[in-house]
Amino acid sequence: MIAHAVVFYIFSLIAIISAIMVTVSRNTVHSVFFLILDFISISCLFIMIGAEFLGMIMLIVYVGAVAVLFLFVVMMLNVAQQKNEWFVASDSSSHIPIGLLVSLIIFSELLIVIGGWKYKAELQDSININLNLNLTNTQSLGNVIYTDYVHLFQLSGMVLLVAMIGAIVLTFRKRSGVKTQSYLRQISRERYEGVELIDVETKKGVKIDA
Amino acid sequence: MLSIGLGHYLTLAAIIFTIGVVGIFLNRKNVIVILMSIELILLSVNINLVSFSIFINDLSGQVFTLFILTVAAAEAAIGLAIIVIYYRNSGTIRVEEIDSLKG
Repeated sequence: MIAHAVVFYIFSLIAIISAIMVTVSRNTVHSVFFLILDFISISCLFIMIGAEFLGMIMLIVYVGAVAVLFLFVVMMLNVAQQKNEWFVASDSSSHIPIGLLVSLIIFSELLIVIGGWKYKAELQDSININLNLNLTNTQSLGNVIYTDYVHLFQLSGMVLLVAMIGAIVLTFRKRSGVKTQSYLRQISRERYEGVELIDVETKKGVKIDA
Repeated sequence: MLSIGLGHYLTLAAIIFTIGVVGIFLNRKNVIVILMSIELILLSVNINLVSFSIFINDLSGQVFTLFILTVAAAEAAIGLAIIVIYYRNSGTIRVEEIDSLKG
């Protein structure tokens, strides 16, 4: 139990510090690295608490895909040289104290909810998919996803498809002056467009580039 | 203190959520950091759902965490695509200089 507590505090401390560093870091590339560290420590917490499938999926999806996408965009846009000026004294920085105030209010509200939240026993019975301790986490999730939540599962696949098509359509651009191959014109050519039979008269020849 | 309960995980999620909100409000740098703050907020929601799911002994929370993961990935892809075309059109993604709408 003590080891569990120690590991929880270590991982949550790393997560909180790296979350702060994501927002205050001067270099955007460093922000992405701290975001990766945050995801890794939270997925370690998930694995520790017993949701090992979600922890591994978070490693794959966030660290493997989303964070690499962020890093790729940061390096492609060349914004790493733009240094961060925190609390810069410009005209548009009047919203900083209001932002801090709103954040403080949000945090205190969340703490009040956590502190005053009483565990309601009668809420359990309505929608309960009990964890079967004989099965692994992955197995029980698979039992639920492909039966009860199959429509939502397919809809999330549609969300990913729409995101993929949207990203391609948004970033696609036609360049002018680039020679490309037109497959449609290529396969729809007929013989009379390319080859011409000419009767060559004797002693007169023919002009080819007519 | 030494027995980790539901409240510890909820407090961790609240702290990360607030850091994400602060990162959105106080950002002076570029829009990519705002997207990263949104990812932090979604992460804290995932912590809430998973810890409730474990402590209530109900699997639905983990299923919804899976769907939130899907939506977060889609949102990151679309947001980064918008940032790329905005940078291509206007040459900057600094928050102060994105003022076409006079906000």
